[in-house]
Amino acid sequence: MINAVLVFNNHGKPRLVRFYQHLAEEVQQQLIRETFHLVLKRDEHICNFLECGSLFGGADYKLIYRHYATLYFVFCVDSSESELGILDLIQVFVETLDKCFENVCELDLIFHMDKVHYILQEVVIGGMVLETNMNKIVAQVEAQSKLEKAEQGGLSAAPSRAVSAVKNINLPEIPRNINIGDINIKVPSLSQFM
Amino acid sequence: MALKMVKGSIDRMFDKNLQDLVRGIRNHKEDEAKYISQCIDEIKQELKQDNIAVKSNAVCKLTYLQMLGYDISWAAFNIIEVMSASKFTFKRIGYLAASQCFHEGTDVIMLTTNQIRKDLSSPNQYDTGVALTGLSCFVTPDLARDLANDIMTLMSHTKPYIRKKAVLIMYKVFLKYPESLRPAFPRLKEKLEDPDPGVQSAAVNVICELARRNPKNYLSLAPLFFKLMTSSTNNWVLIKIIKLFGALTPLEPRLGKKLIEPLTNLIHSTSAMSLLYECVNTVIACNKHGLSFSQLCVQKLRILIEDSDQNLKYLGLLAMSKILKTHPKSVQSHKDLILQCLDDKDESIRLRALDLLYGMVSKKNLMEIVKKLMIHVDKAEGTTYRDELLTKIIDICSQSNYQYITNFEWYISILVELTRLEGTRHGHLIAAQMLDVAIRVKAIRKFAVSQMAMLLDNAHLIASNTQRNGICEVLYAAAWICGEFSEHLEEANQTLEAMLRPKVTTLPGHIQAVYVQNMVKLYASILQQKEQSGEKEAAQEITQLMIERLPQFVQSADLEVQERASCILQLIKYIQKLQIKEVPVAEEVIALFAGELNPVAPKAQKKVPVPEGLDLDAWINEPPSDSESEDEKPKTIFHDEEQRHSRHRQPEIDEEELARRREARKQEQANNPFYIKSSPSPQKRYQDTPGVEHIPVVQIDLSVPLKVPGMPMSDQYVKLEEERRHKQKLEKDKKKKKQKKEKRGKHHRHNSLHTESEEDITPAHHVDIITEEMPENALPSDEDDKDPNDPYKALDIDLDKPLADSEKLPVQRHRNAETLKSPDSEAPPVEKSKKPKKKEKKHREKERDKGKKKEKEKKVVEEEEEKKKSSKHKKKKHKKEKEEKSKDKKKSKKKHHSEEEATESVQNGTLDDEPLPVSSCALAALTYDIQGNLQNDSQVTVSVIFENKSTSFLKSMELNVLDSLNTKMLRPEGSSVHDGIPVPFQLPPGISNEAQFVFTLQSIVMAQKLKGTLSFIVKNDEGSTHEKLDFKLHFSCASYLITTPCYSDAFAKLLESGDLHMSSIKVDGISISFQHLLAKICFHHHFSVVERVDSCASMYSRSIQGHHVCLLVKKGENSVSIDGKCSDSTLLSNLLDEMKETLSKC
Repeated sequence: MINAVLVFNNHGKPRLVRFYQHLAEEVQQQLIRETFHLVLKRDEHICNFLECGSLFGGADYKLIYRHYATLYFVFCVDSSESELGILDLIQVFVETLDKCFENVCELDLIFHMDKVHYILQEVVIGGMVLETNMNKIVAQVEAQSKLEKAEQGGLSAAPSRAVSAVKNINLPEIPRNINIGDINIKVPSLSQFM
Repeated sequence: MALKMVKGSIDRMFDKNLQDLVRGIRNHKEDEAKYISQCIDEIKQELKQDNIAVKSNAVCKLTYLQMLGYDISWAAFNIIEVMSASKFTFKRIGYLAASQCFHEGTDVIMLTTNQIRKDLSSPNQYDTGVALTGLSCFVTPDLARDLANDIMTLMSHTKPYIRKKAVLIMYKVFLKYPESLRPAFPRLKEKLEDPDPGVQSAAVNVICELARRNPKNYLSLAPLFFKLMTSSTNNWVLIKIIKLFGALTPLEPRLGKKLIEPLTNLIHSTSAMSLLYECVNTVIACNKHGLSFSQLCVQKLRILIEDSDQNLKYLGLLAMSKILKTHPKSVQSHKDLILQCLDDKDESIRLRALDLLYGMVSKKNLMEIVKKLMIHVDKAEGTTYRDELLTKIIDICSQSNYQYITNFEWYISILVELTRLEGTRHGHLIAAQMLDVAIRVKAIRKFAVSQMAMLLDNAHLIASNTQRNGICEVLYAAAWICGEFSEHLEEANQTLEAMLRPKVTTLPGHIQAVYVQNMVKLYASILQQKEQSGEKEAAQEITQLMIERLPQFVQSADLEVQERASCILQLIKYIQKLQIKEVPVAEEVIALFAGELNPVAPKAQKKVPVPEGLDLDAWINEPPSDSESEDEKPKTIFHDEEQRHSRHRQPEIDEEELARRREARKQEQANNPFYIKSSPSPQKRYQDTPGVEHIPVVQIDLSVPLKVPGMPMSDQYVKLEEERRHKQKLEKDKKKKKQKKEKRGKHHRHNSLHTESEEDITPAHHVDIITEEMPENALPSDEDDKDPNDPYKALDIDLDKPLADSEKLPVQRHRNAETLKSPDSEAPPVEKSKKPKKKEKKHREKERDKGKKKEKEKKVVEEEEEKKKSSKHKKKKHKKEKEEKSKDKKKSKKKHHSEEEATESVQNGTLDDEPLPVSSCALAALTYDIQGNLQNDSQVTVSVIFENKSTSFLKSMELNVLDSLNTKMLRPEGSSVHDGIPVPFQLPPGISNEAQFVFTLQSIVMAQKLKGTLSFIVKNDEGSTHEKLDFKLHFSCASYLITTPCYSDAFAKLLESGDLHMSSIKVDGISISFQHLLAKICFHHHFSVVERVDSCASMYSRSIQGHHVCLLVKKGENSVSIDGKCSDSTLLSNLLDEMKETLSKC
């Protein structure tokens, strides 16, 4: 079981918080902070697994994380999950984000937290892995946004679109921080795995 | 209408959307909290509007704020409103918010039931999907109960997208509503063979998750999973299945044997590291005996560890530590690699490697490994890692009663070297080791004492910085050892002086207390020594020294120190008086500390049996009552009478006596090194006391690496040890050579390959390890650490038991006139309210049941066929390996049997054991085995093994049985009762094969005998002939029983229930052991032992139709009596008769 999926940036600012068991908001924030401090201490090029003691309430839990440019993707899992499998799953999740947002960057995650949640929901549901095939995930996500667009096709959508157009006019070009294509993360077994 | 919508949209124009909110927060870095509280106010306004678009926008923003740590549960009702929007866009926002903030404590959650049900049955698959996703996060026991049936229906949805979600959610439903597991399980099992790989994977995932917690209930699925494992190519699924097998194999050793082959194949063939790793893990789990496999695993793991990828390295070490537990030898050969990992820059990896070292040490390499670790201790930068190293060194050395230490001098010096660590938290650990070794290894005491004296002498180095310095704990041990074993001290005077230094008063109180106490011991032994040698002046000098220095302890702020010091001061002053009168006192003083302290096992106290008649809970003195009310009576109800007596007779203990006892106890505790005292931080208190303030505290600059003068280096022992061993070896070799000469010719080169083995290394000096004392007749330890609050315990449900009619998921029907509206309609199913409808419902259910049953039957048959296939498959492979040897053996064995018992029909039950023959002729032999069908309460499966004993080819075999009224063979549809069932294979000469036939029965309370015929064509060079073989199938009552484990509490409940019939038998002339007897009953009659006490055991089994059978078996001198209880009296008496027959053969 996956206990939590956390995404935060290099400064510990949460970008996606998904706990699969209920915790009070303060506890959630505390866990994010502590996880961040644990992960931050670690160099690049050391292993991506982290025993977190009783942080998540049980020695069985392990943190598995990947660091992409400005973002940390952390999965907290118990012993029923394969460590390398989850590592690949993070990669799948990030690649899916990259596909859905077309060159994903931290700002995409900041401004479209809801959408990121919807994508995650196609990958993990209730702490269990739902789908690992990126193309299938993307297809489901796109089918749902199509449905959403169709619903907005009526009168109501037009003005709001106009509004957002106006709002964006005086904004400088949003810098794209993460470019997954350039980072080219080494995934030891991804190709064989999928 | 349109106008209203436009108006709504224009309203929206002025609202912030999520992006605006985020931007706003980013622009208000300084007053973020204020800005957000403003936004929340706005959101509250928006939520009040009727427009659902505005509302959902507000809820979306709330979801974002929730991520930042704001509580949004106040908006729960609004979230539900958005969830019930008709548009997918809004619904999704609502469900997302709900999944982030709803939980069991959310009170409005019960309002969602109907909405969720509506969404679940929506024609739009994404509505359903969103509802399922949301539900997975906030399902409560109520929701689970009410929606279980709906979700179960979705498991058969046409869209795989919904099916797989539904399957996964079922796990959450099981957790919250365990009663749903049994009714839903058959369908879940079906999903293991879903055409869509995603659904299959989901089902595997859920079952693995279930089985992980309660593996024994899922053993019956092993064949199915085995098939999946050999057929699936999805690595996710494979990994899950392989993990599952890892959990199942400890329960079923036979499974392990079967798994080894496919797993090793996978290990060799797969390129996915994750899969390889899990395979290795499971091989480790299921292979407790075979050495070759563990070597294969270790080799593979070595590759992982040597990989440059740190993740693989980490996992390799992790798996290695699992092998270590079962096959330490095969890991030990990779010591080099593991020591290398200690140098890794990654702390996770270093820690894993450290774990491994624990199991890798031997007498031979302990010194070397510890030496390496000591180097790491010096290098380690972070205190946490260094502390970890320290504990590991101690763990490694002290494991299994210092098994691997050959030279305790070395160990003591290692401990002394460890005291150089500054700022470690583990001073007490080192201290405990010093004490333990010094007390338990008598031979080392002299050396230990000299080392401890040195430590005391250099105490200023250790305790230089007492603030937060845990290492000064070792002084506690040092002082105690020097005091207690002072007879070994060479320079006692010097040590005593060291202990009396003013600096000592800066130590923590509990250490000072030990100092004071042990000073006297030292003093006593010096006194004795001086008196014996007639140096009266020296004796007086030492007394004077004590009197001069002790007052500094009398002024201590620590009560313990003060009390002891003042007592002792008085004592010594008295001694001085006597000395002046020239009275010899040494003998008397030393008598104060006569007797030796023995080490006591840590749990000894707990294990002292409570003497009979002692009630530990009874009050000794009545507690003073808080209130005057007479209502509060002491809790003890049963001992009221006795208590009153004892209370009156109890002699009053006066204050003095109490004080004396207390003091005595304290003394005792102080002298007991195993008595752990609380250590309050004394530092603060020193500052308040005026007496201590003027004592100069010199801070020593410790930038220079510490080197305690005169301390032996542990390294030198390593060299010495090597030399010693070398010598020993030489001597041994000499001896061997001599032997060789004597035995020349007999022995071959073997000796030249001789390597040092563990046993060859003899300890440097004879070490007498005193074992820890245990009280006589200590109670066996009761380490029952099952967590009663385990949420998964509720899911410990037997899944093989056939479903009872009452086990149905509550079905929510359409609004009836009787059912109340909304929340109340979720109340448990309507069963009790209306009778006429219930009938109707039942009828419907029955019909549905029939359908289901048919389905099930079909599946059972299929399953068994598959089982067969796989077993065939295996057989083929086995053949290659085992060649004909074993076959021949089997054949001869079988022949033997069949000759003896050709006519007699004997049956047995367990799956893998060789069935006994029922009938044979010159041409063919038939053996069979009857097994209750786990899925169906009215079926048994008969596995028949056909063996061709002739030299001809057997074909067109057809098996037919004369059905009785009660028992019928299941024939394919459309065939009459007189038709036989063709056997699906042909038999070449000398070959045997197995086929299975299903029989249906009505009643199982009686044994049955069926006559049958096997017809077949014998074909050889001369032509073919038609032959027949008659046989009898004996369905004993025991064959209807399924071995079912039962817990003693459930068993007791069953017996208490009182609706069981009782009967008993007695068999005389039993000579076999009780153990053997139980095994026989278990084996032949399919029982399992519930509890066994001496020569009495309770056993349990269950029939395929759900009859409980309980037995109480008692063994007397030469007889056995069996009392049985069963829900059916006929079944019971028949079972007992069968048992009697079996037992009388013993």
